[in-house]
Amino acid sequence: MTEGTTAAPMGFGRMHRKEDARFVRGRGTYVDDVRLPGMLHGAILRSPYAHARIVSVDASAAEAHPGVKAVITGETLAGMGLAWMPTLSADVQAVLATDKVRYQGQEVAFVVAEDAYTARDALELIEVEYEPLEPVIDARRALDEGAPVIRDDVEGRTGNHIFDWEAGDREQTDAVFERAEVTVAQDMLYPRVHPAPLETCGAVADFDRVTGKLTVWCPTQAPHAHRTLYALVAGLPEHKIRVISPDIGGGFGGKVGIYPGYVCAIVGSIATGRPVKWMEDRSENLMSTAFARDYHMRGEVAATRDGRILAIRVKVLADHGAFNGTAQPTKFPAGFFGVFTGSYDIEAAHCEVTGVYTNKAPGGVAYACSFRITEAVYLVERMIDVLACELDADPAELRMKNLIRPERFPYTSPTGWEYDSGDYPRALRLALDMAEYDKLRAEQAERRRGGGPLLGVGISFFTEAVGAGPRKHMDILGLGMADGAELRVHPTGKAVLRVSCQSQGQGHETTFAQIVAHELGVSPDDVEVVHGDTDQTPFGLGTYGSRSTPVSGAATAIVARKVRERARLVAAAMLEASPDDLEWSVSETGGRWSVQGSAEHGRSIQEIAMAAHSNLELPEGVEGHLDAVTVYNPPNLTYPFGAYVCVVEVDPGTGQVKVRRFTAVDDCGVRINPMIVEGQIHGGLADGVGMALMQLMAFDEDGNHLGASFMDYLLPTSMECPSWELGETVTPSPHHPIGAKGVGESATVGSPVAVVNAVLDALRPYGVRHADMPLTPANVWSTLQGEPLRTDLAIT
Amino acid sequence: MQVPARFEYERANSVPHALALLERHGPESRVIAGGHSLIPMMKLRLARPEVLIDINGLAELSALGVEGDALLVGALVRHAELLADPEVGRYFPIFHDAERVIADPVVRNRGTVGGSLCQADPSEDLSAAFAAVRATALVQGPGGVREVPIRDFHRGPYETAVEPGELLTGLRVPIRPGAGSAYEKVERRAGDWPVAAAGSLLRLGDGVIAEAGIGLTAVGAEHFAAPEAEAYLVGRAPGAAAFAEAGRIAAAHCNPRADQRGPAAYKRHLAGELVRRVLTRAAARAGSPEGEE
Ligand SMILES: Cc1cc2nc3c(=O)[nH]c(=O)nc-3n(C[C@H](O)[C@H](O)[C@H](O)COP(=O)(O)OP(=O)(O)OC[C@H]3O[C@@H](n4cnc5c(N)ncnc54)[C@H](O)[C@@H]3O)c2cc1C
Repeated sequence: MTEGTTAAPMGFGRMHRKEDARFVRGRGTYVDDVRLPGMLHGAILRSPYAHARIVSVDASAAEAHPGVKAVITGETLAGMGLAWMPTLSADVQAVLATDKVRYQGQEVAFVVAEDAYTARDALELIEVEYEPLEPVIDARRALDEGAPVIRDDVEGRTGNHIFDWEAGDREQTDAVFERAEVTVAQDMLYPRVHPAPLETCGAVADFDRVTGKLTVWCPTQAPHAHRTLYALVAGLPEHKIRVISPDIGGGFGGKVGIYPGYVCAIVGSIATGRPVKWMEDRSENLMSTAFARDYHMRGEVAATRDGRILAIRVKVLADHGAFNGTAQPTKFPAGFFGVFTGSYDIEAAHCEVTGVYTNKAPGGVAYACSFRITEAVYLVERMIDVLACELDADPAELRMKNLIRPERFPYTSPTGWEYDSGDYPRALRLALDMAEYDKLRAEQAERRRGGGPLLGVGISFFTEAVGAGPRKHMDILGLGMADGAELRVHPTGKAVLRVSCQSQGQGHETTFAQIVAHELGVSPDDVEVVHGDTDQTPFGLGTYGSRSTPVSGAATAIVARKVRERARLVAAAMLEASPDDLEWSVSETGGRWSVQGSAEHGRSIQEIAMAAHSNLELPEGVEGHLDAVTVYNPPNLTYPFGAYVCVVEVDPGTGQVKVRRFTAVDDCGVRINPMIVEGQIHGGLADGVGMALMQLMAFDEDGNHLGASFMDYLLPTSMECPSWELGETVTPSPHHPIGAKGVGESATVGSPVAVVNAVLDALRPYGVRHADMPLTPANVWSTLQGEPLRTDLAIT
Repeated sequence: MQVPARFEYERANSVPHALALLERHGPESRVIAGGHSLIPMMKLRLARPEVLIDINGLAELSALGVEGDALLVGALVRHAELLADPEVGRYFPIFHDAERVIADPVVRNRGTVGGSLCQADPSEDLSAAFAAVRATALVQGPGGVREVPIRDFHRGPYETAVEPGELLTGLRVPIRPGAGSAYEKVERRAGDWPVAAAGSLLRLGDGVIAEAGIGLTAVGAEHFAAPEAEAYLVGRAPGAAAFAEAGRIAAAHCNPRADQRGPAAYKRHLAGELVRRVLTRAAARAGSPEGEE
């Protein structure tokens, strides 16, 4: 354990969220609330086809429409060198299509008009002639001989293959499989889902022709990365670009990248000399912004007959859509899928991932997945249940038998990840006890004899790798994943913390203030957190992959400790003592430096702050003031984990599933504000219920998007969610300054498979081993008939 | 942002005024009631009326209560009002069953009975409920009020017997003392449109079924009804076997189509299963003095 690490929550634990004072009054400022004098409005014309050649675009009628200020087409952008932009995965993506459209909903033209109504009216006046082409919709056919080539914009491309990536030791793994007593295999799809934040994407761009300064308001999870990208793409000087990320109505990873609409708004403002607002609607958001998952997986497990898991082998076909635009560290084309060995101590493992293009929207890691750990956890936790079926073993016992033991930490996995800390059996035992697992199994046996609704119990145990990450291994487009922090302490001892990450609901204004408050012995109310404005905050890569607390939170603790050390020097001057003779203490009255052994003979942090700005004579080399800056480059990822138990009832006559109970034990290391941690877990568990049971984003054979509204793409409501039962264990991260591990995605990663395992457990007497998400009533019923649905394609 | 195309707005202050406005503005005008079907379609620009005629101020269309031997439901009665009314629940528990699972409270506070029936969406819940109880629709035009049996009201998807220039003013449902009724729906999530749903009304006499009404929605049942199954039941003793067979007949005569809610075979199965269940519940409710379970 490092300094400052305790099993109890940090000081000021469950304080109410500071930001809620404005949110509950409806006084937040979201991008759509930004209204500038003279502001114009943009709208995007989108492709009705999934794959078609653009023969011609005629915008003359739209340009002549009263109130229209500009119509921007692919050709306009091509003239500026902006028709294509780099993606976060070393590919390019069309801003506005020039040659072909490659998915339904792709951006074709942009209208700028006096108001949003006129802009929409004018879209209907743009005439685009398309020559429809055969689309590639089924990822499993993307590599077929003769499949249409989607990316013929790239010279020499003859197929839809993007990359092959592997991890682990193939030979060793194959050898273990050869001699194993038991092997099981299962195909499974983690379907395409969408983060569907309540606030859709949008931007207000304001280019000042006099100063040459571009200001972009945009709900981005990574404001600094956006600024650098705009500079690189548009050739604007980086110091003349200011990105302001205002309050964000949910991100979940979908607001990491740059969307064509942002670039269009910027070009629109440069072209007209007036601010331009563009806000997408719900269907646009669902059709064109970053999806998540879409992993077609085949898992195999080798084990002994008494249930000792020896090896795991995985093959993945990854559907990346029409442009490879997943947001992940450069060296990790399959994200952190490599942690697919999960929480189990096994000998050997190997995986191969092949990425392919299809005529669908780009994206890939959005939706709280910790860079594809969601898929990895789903795979391994499903496979454990498949193995339990094969061995007729209890899935809880099977997990318990194979979990990594506490004494094995730090644990290096067969695919090379170094898990920092954990006590897995303790967490699983707690979850089983809370859920009264044995009683549930007894009730299930009873039900199976007596008829009526089926009872299912599902377990998942997950380990995440979050807080990306060590700069040596992890960068996005060459930008290392270290975060800055800056702390100013005003003369009266009030402080302003500036951080690079940006909250989308995680409560940073509260928790980061709590970290500073804890380290300096001040009230969190005396610490203002500034974030989301690149002109006001130090560089860093933003909030996603559960990295804010592991990286920016660490930077915050360290910068506060730097301030504390400066305060020691100033206090020493005030007390006319040697800095080495001073000791730090925090009491009810706050933090103070005092001469060892005489606490009353000390100075409070507020007194020290005033002195640091006064005419007090400071020792040689001490500059004055207490302000400090730092950059935190994490030495390793952090590894939160948890054990979940889900109980469902299934009506076999209709296929309807009801989640009766859900028990979630999370270990995210030291908890800063347990209430905020629990809130994030609640949200993630609801996400899991949604993905497991209802979120359906399929495409028909023409490539029509069949989930492009909230009537088709369902989000769970409180009616589908039980009252969550939460538990915790605390295993601090040994390398994080306050022992915290990050929790933003844990429940979204861990819960879907618990629900799926529960439903399939209920169906077990019917000989069912697997069915793909979402387990809608239709899918459950079809599974009972022996014909589970293929959930990525239209139901016919 | 979703924004509708340009339109004009008129507010009617009486039924004759509304009819006059309809006549004046012609076929490109549309009545707006709760707006929960029409406005989303306008925002998606699937509907582009030139003039909206707002009938929300017409108190005479908001009546709800027993009149003689019938329940009268005004066209402007909101879903939430139908759900909250104890008399409705006493005589026709089918409406309370149905309203509990139609949309969500926000939509129910505003959406109307008349709007639901006139929208004539092939998945509308109330269409099946009113078909099961054999209501009569009251349609008013320049020439006066017409009475249209509910099973002649729906002419096909999104098509009704209400002609341009006419208004649906309300529905009349004959009260059958001692009858039982019920509604059940399978949905993917609370507030979702049905995958399939069924309603039924049963009146018993001398130990056999004297009257059977069966409504079905979202499964391509003509006029939202299952006449073959109804005919099978009349004169038979109520019971599990008869109800299962009625379900089977209803399932065989509907014509569901596959969509993302499920394959046709599943919907057909649901039609049978739900008919069986609502008959069972309606029978349990029938005969008890107040019609409630
Ligand atoms: C999120 C959501 C979920 C829903 N879920 C369900 C559900 O599960 N089950 C279900 O059955 N419904 C559902 N609905 C539909 C809901 O019941 C609507 O309120 C209803 O379809 C229309 O009623 P309205 O009063 O809003 O009609 P409006 O939208 O005002 O009108 C609909 C149509 O009827 C016409 N019209 C309205 N009143 C009259 C009249 N008196 N005479 C002649 N024409 C008239 C209008 O011109 C228009 O064409 C849902 C709606 C939403 C928004």
